[in-house]
Order: sequence, then structure tokens, then C-alpha cells
Amino acid sequence: MVASKKASTLPDPSPAMPSHANAPMRAPLFVLPDVTDASEPAPASRMHAEDLFAFYGKNEAIKGITLPIPDRRVTAIIGPSGCGKSTFLRCLNRMHELTPSASVKGYVFLDDENIYGPNINPVRLRRHVGMVFQKPNPFPSMSIKDNVLAGFKLNGIRVPRPDEVAEKALRQAALWDEAKDHLNRSGSSLSGGQQQRLCIARSLALEPEVLLMDEPCSALDPIATARIEELIRELRDRLTIVIVTHNMQQAARVSDYTAFFYQGHLVEHGTTRSVFSNPAQKQTEDYVAGRFG
Amino acid sequence: MSAITPDTLSADTGPGGGSPLHAPVDLKTPRSLKERLIERLFGAFAMVSILTAAGIVIVLFGESVAFFQQVSFGQFFGDTQWTPLFSEPHFGIWPLITGTLLTTLIAISVALPLGLFAAIYLSEFASPRVRKVAKPSLELLAGIPTVVYGYFALSFVTPAIQSFIPGVSGANALAAGLVMGLMITPIIASLSEDAIYAVPRSLREGASALGGTKVRTIFRVVLPAAASGITASVILGLSRAIGETMIVAIAAGMEPNLTLDPREPVQTMTAFIVQVSLGDTPAGSLGFQTIFAVGLMLFLTTLVFNVISFRLRARLNRGGHA
Amino acid sequence: MTTPTSKRPNYGAPLLILPSGRAGETALKLTGMLAIILPLSLLAILIGTTFIQGAERLSADFLTDLPSRRASAAGIGPALAGTGMLMVLTAAIALPLGIGAALWLEEYARPSRFTGFVELIISTLAGVPSIVYALLALEVFVRTLGMGRSILAGAATLALLVLPMIIMASREALRTVPHGLREASYGLGGDRWITLRTIVLPLALPGILTGVILALARAIGETAPLITIGALTYVAFVPDSLSSAFTALPIQIFNWVSRPSADFHVTAAAAIVVLLTVMLVMNGLAIWLRSRLQTRIEG
Repeated sequence: MVASKKASTLPDPSPAMPSHANAPMRAPLFVLPDVTDASEPAPASRMHAEDLFAFYGKNEAIKGITLPIPDRRVTAIIGPSGCGKSTFLRCLNRMHELTPSASVKGYVFLDDENIYGPNINPVRLRRHVGMVFQKPNPFPSMSIKDNVLAGFKLNGIRVPRPDEVAEKALRQAALWDEAKDHLNRSGSSLSGGQQQRLCIARSLALEPEVLLMDEPCSALDPIATARIEELIRELRDRLTIVIVTHNMQQAARVSDYTAFFYQGHLVEHGTTRSVFSNPAQKQTEDYVAGRFG
Repeated sequence: MSAITPDTLSADTGPGGGSPLHAPVDLKTPRSLKERLIERLFGAFAMVSILTAAGIVIVLFGESVAFFQQVSFGQFFGDTQWTPLFSEPHFGIWPLITGTLLTTLIAISVALPLGLFAAIYLSEFASPRVRKVAKPSLELLAGIPTVVYGYFALSFVTPAIQSFIPGVSGANALAAGLVMGLMITPIIASLSEDAIYAVPRSLREGASALGGTKVRTIFRVVLPAAASGITASVILGLSRAIGETMIVAIAAGMEPNLTLDPREPVQTMTAFIVQVSLGDTPAGSLGFQTIFAVGLMLFLTTLVFNVISFRLRARLNRGGHA
Repeated sequence: MTTPTSKRPNYGAPLLILPSGRAGETALKLTGMLAIILPLSLLAILIGTTFIQGAERLSADFLTDLPSRRASAAGIGPALAGTGMLMVLTAAIALPLGIGAALWLEEYARPSRFTGFVELIISTLAGVPSIVYALLALEVFVRTLGMGRSILAGAATLALLVLPMIIMASREALRTVPHGLREASYGLGGDRWITLRTIVLPLALPGILTGVILALARAIGETAPLITIGALTYVAFVPDSLSSAFTALPIQIFNWVSRPSADFHVTAAAAIVVLLTVMLVMNGLAIWLRSRLQTRIEG
């Protein structure tokens, strides 16, 4: 289960895990919940990166990464600080190039369309590939409801039934019950975890194909974190999610597929189960066992 | 199975389009023409400042060149009489220079002690609450329209001076200078306070550890360390005083006078420009062109002072002391 | 065996005999307080005396009457109208230019040597004496562009004068908006202008408005540039078009102050009262606006 394969040859989640009795000498590193149905065929990839390089000026932050993102599954990207995982994520919705002197080489495909192609409007792309950031950033000048609908306003789209759209997005983000009586309060009046769910609702309202999450829980307390992880599991079947996290347990809990980055390279990727309990590379094993990073 | 367009965003489909076979997404809208135009427009607005600066340089130099084709440097810097509008004109700039110099020096001799001690108090003694009120209050001094200050100088300060100093004429450099001093005190106070505040705590603590009292520490350690910032404030204050027009136009008089006696009326470079503007000197004439020559001197002088002050303050930001 | 005695090195006589210790500290502290109180008290006395002197002339008529040869009948009608129109015109010119330039510098342009140059020019312009702007305006607006001694030329001059201030204040205000909000907007598919329009500018507005009002308050008090470009000191009519001649409150004050007659000095004092009141109101408005908009944002 090694990296750099094209979409359709993504390995299946292994149908038969070695039982404890037959296990090799070392104990399983993680006991994973059954995140992936073992009998399901591997899904096609919704997005995939091919030979992707990303630079900050002359500094090469991402070195030739080829990685499929399976459709309607959760893909986690893990790795130590500075390994390029956030940079990679931002290449998926073309936000990397917004940094001064940042540049990109290679390909990223969304449904077989190269998003770095000459005719592609990056602004338009971000309607379909949404992003949730590390620090919750609801718009303080807007109410909760307006925050949810902000995506439409920013894209110049008129929403036919705004209340319904807002309620639906808030329900999907598991915020409706807490927010429904306070829709007109300012976006910043919520707690940290609620703000992050508001940001998720805001992204979901646009019904993107893919949702990118850049360490969405690292600024939150454990309870809020748990709620958001639950939310991610709920969204799983309907949305392709890519989540960058420095918390390996979190990756193990929420994702179907995991990619391990190290110093700009993709070291290994595969089903979460295999990466965590049966990593092919020593580096992966060391990282996952907590020996560095 | 429809392409994802704005019209098809409905409340019924879930994220991802809903159908298991997702439709291709439409990404090919070109970068908005509107966005590019807006960027160009704002850039053009920013260019207005460059145009202004270029305009100032071109206008001043242009007219001055025309001026100096008729009036030699020798006349300008050699003659001691300034009577450009007379039928027998003299173009010696010195009376205007001494006028400006005199009023400016009087102003700084008021503003420097006031501003410096205010700065010392604000940074070394005042509580944050006091500072919060005192600093904006001092700024008030800089916010009074200069024509109002001119009125103060003429109507109140001059009679007051006249009552205990003999020989002070109705228009005099002293009243104007004193009031200008009030006006530029906030500049000295504010920048000096920044400079004093920037002196690192370690220096003060070192001095105390050696047994220095607060007063000695301030005068022997802190102030010398803040010297470049304080100097910068003085130079900026001087620049402001040099460029000041209305106070001197009203209170110092409109007679060019080569003197250093503050009791006499003087005319500054700025007041001269106003004088010509108030009159009927025909545009394009030599008399008219003199205001540009004088304006050029004014511009260059304040520019040099401002640059020096800026450099000194930049050094402060980097090092903390001279 | 003699114990070595350490000799105190001789530092030389101090240049300044400083009173040290507690007494010295108190003296320094008091001097400092005096350095603040003295100028402010002087200012208060000066303003107060002016108010008292001018009060007798203040009336509703004063605000609307035309200036006249008789001090007791002179009013500031045209001057007030001129100042009002100037303010509006100056704002109309300087606001879009200033905010646009600030947006370009802060949000659009990639930092480069060129943008550094532009910033340098702007801060240099901030320190140029106002009369130099007048000379520029005289040549360019009044003569070359043929605007003549019109109120439009006056407004253009003042606009150029306050432009650096507005640009710098607007940039500061834009900087206070957290970068994460812009990212959130881009992440949702907003382009730059719509992000600025919808998210950033509304939040930067208090700072920008405050800067604009303060700049305009400064512009109101400017006399020299207007005189130089030809604002008339005796105007007996309210300006009726952009190209008409005009006067302004500070110019009227200057005119009256320059007269030898003491009567006119009283009239000048009254006009000063009006001018200072207008400025006080504007500054108060700026402060109030800032606090009100800030509470709205914090929700």
C-alpha cells in the first residue's frame, strides 16, 4: 500500500484484518473503529493531484506529489509541522497562489478537469471546493444567518429561499438547534466550537463537491473537537472531505484514507487502517508510533 | 444530471449534487473584466500622489528657472534688500530668510523646553490614566487653525509683550514666534515621548543598579539614549515652523526687514507669498515668478529637514539610541 | 601593613548640578506637569477671551449676513456657505481618491520597490507646507486647467492637501481587519473586490471615517492655500456654481483681523467662535462615530 497510484487502482480497504491471534509479533498500533465497509469497492477519485510542486518564492514546499482523493470519503493528511500538508491543501482550491511570490507546478484534477488549466477561474473553483480554516473566522459584521448565506452574497448569487437554505446548512453542520433562536445575533457571539460549525455551515450552504479542512479543531477544546469529528463522520457519505490534522488519533477516528507527508514528499497513503496498523514505510511507522513529529 | 450552475442550486439536493454520478462542474468563467478594471482604477488613484509630487517639483523648478534667467544668483543671495514689487526692485532673499529664521528660533525655544519636559513627565511619571487624557489634550494645540493663532498673537500676545518690553511694534517677530511655539509643542512632546519610551528598560535598570537616582538616570542615561529621537522631533518642529504662514502673516508683519531683533516686524518667506497673492501682481510677470522661487526655497528646506528627521527616527526604531 | 585605600576616581565636575533625591524628583515631576498645564491653560485663556470678546456680535443674523464696511453689520453668510461647499467638494474629491489609493496599496498591489516608492512619496507629501500646495494649484488648476479662482479649484487644492492623511488613516484602518476574514471570503469563492466591499470595508469604516473627518476638520482651518489661489477676501455673495468665486470662514477672519479698526477685531472674534465650534462638532462627531460603529461590529 504505497503512494503514487492513479485513481482507479487505489487499494481496497482490506477485507480481512489479521486477528490478534495470528498477528505478527508487534501489537497493533491502533484499534480502529470500523470506518470503512470492508466489502465496498474502492471509489473513484473526485480530485487528484499529479506531480504537484508548490513554491514559496524559490523554496520548494511540495515536491512532486501524486495523490488521489477518493469521492465521498474522508481523506486525512498527516505529518509533522512544516511537511507541506497545509500548503498541499491550499493547492486544492488554488488559495496557495494568493500568497505573494507563491507558485505551483503540476496538475490537480477535479473530475478530470485540470483546475490549473488556462481557462479556469480560481474564484469559481472555490465555490465547488470549499475550505474551513484553523481559526474559526465568522464575519463579525454579519448575523449568524447572514454568515451562513455569505457565500451566495460573495458570489453574487441570489438565493430563492434564504431561510430554508440557511436552516438546511445549519442542520447539516449540527448547529441548528443551538442557533435557531438566535439567528440574528452577530456571528462572533458564539463559542469557539460553535463558530467553527458556523464556518462549516457557511461552506456547506454552497453545496460544494469537496470540503477542505485545515486543522479545523486545533483551536478548539476537546468537547467541541468531538462534536466536529462527529459532524465529519455524518457528512462523509455526501461530501468529499480532505482534512489536514496534526492529531493522529483524530485522523484515525474520522478518516477513511490517510496520506502521510514528510518534508514536502508524500511518503505513504492508503486506507487509514492500513497506514496506521500496517504501514509500509518505516518513516510512517515511526511517525504514527509517535517517535517523532 | 445537470451541470452545477447557480440556477440549479436548490434546497433539495444534498452536498455534492446528490446524484451518485456527479455532473462536471463549470469552472471556466474568465477572470472578471470588472475585477481588472477596478484594480487599474485604484492604481490610478494611487498615482495621483505621484503626480502631485511631480507637479510640485515641475512647477516650482519651472517657474524658478524662468525667474533665475532674469535675476542672477548673485542678486538673489547677495543683495540684502527684498523689494521685488517696487519699480526699482531688489531681489536679495536675506530679509526673508532672517524673518523666517527669527520666528522659527523663537518658536523652538518655547516648544523645546515645554515639549521635552512634557515628554519626560508623560513617559516617566504619569500614570496610564493621566497619559490617556494628557496626550490628546496636547494634540489640541496642533489642531487650532493657524489663522486663529494669528489672531491670538496680534490681539493678546502683542499687547501683553508691549506692556513690559519697550520698543515692541504692533507687528513683531516675538509674538508670532511665541504663539508658533505653542503650536509646535505637541510635535516635540509627542515624538520625544516616543523616543524616551523606546529607551530599553535594561538601560534604566542598569543605571538604578549603579545607584543612580531617577533624576540622574533620566538626564544622564535616558535622554542621551533618546537623543536622536528628540533631535528628530526638534527638526520636524522646525520644519513645521518654517512652513507656517498665517501666524506670521498676521502678527509678524509684511515688511521685509533684515534684522534679528524680535521686537521688530519681519516678513517670512511664507508671508511674502501670501502678500503677493493678495495683491494684483499680474500672472507671468517677474514679480509673480518670485513667489515660485521663494516657494522652491521653502520646499527644499522643509524637504531636507523632513528627510533628516525621518532618518533619525528610523534609526531610533532600529537601535533605540543614537 | 597598611590597608590599601581605594581612591574614588575623579569624574570631574558635572556639567549640570542636578538636584537629586526626592526633592529633585518632585521638582522634575512638577516641571513636567507644568509643561503640559501651562500651554493648555494659555490656550484656554486665549480661546475664552476670544469668546467673550466675540459673544456680543454673535446672533442668527451674524451667521447669514453679508460682510459689510460697517463692522456691526458684517456677517459671515457667504463665508460660511463657502466653507460648507468647500467641505463637501473636498470630501467628494478626496474620499474616493484616498480610499481607492489605500485599497490599492494595502489589498491589491504586491509589495515591491515601486509600492515602497509610492509610500515614500505619500509620507513626504504629508510634510510639505500647505502653501507649496497652493503654488502647485495656482499653476495647474487656476492657470493651466483654466479653473480660475473658483471654488472647484479651492476644493481641488484642499483635496490634494488632505489626501496623504486620508490615505494613511485608511491604510491603518484596513490593517485592523484580520486577515482570516479575507481568507474565509476567498475560500467561499469571493473575488477580491467583492471581499473588500462586503467584508473588509464595512469593518474598516470607523477608522476610515474618523480619518476623513479629522482631515476635513484640518482642511476647514486652512487659509493660506486658499488665499494664494485667489479666494477673494471680500465676497458679498454666496457661491452659486462650481466655477464661481468664493470666500471661506478662515479667509473672512483673516480679512477682518487685518483691518486696523478694533471693531472689526470683535467681528473677527465672533467668526472665530463659529469656526472653532464647527471644528469642535466635527471632532466630536468623529469620536462618536468611531465608538458607535465599533459597538455595532462587536455585536
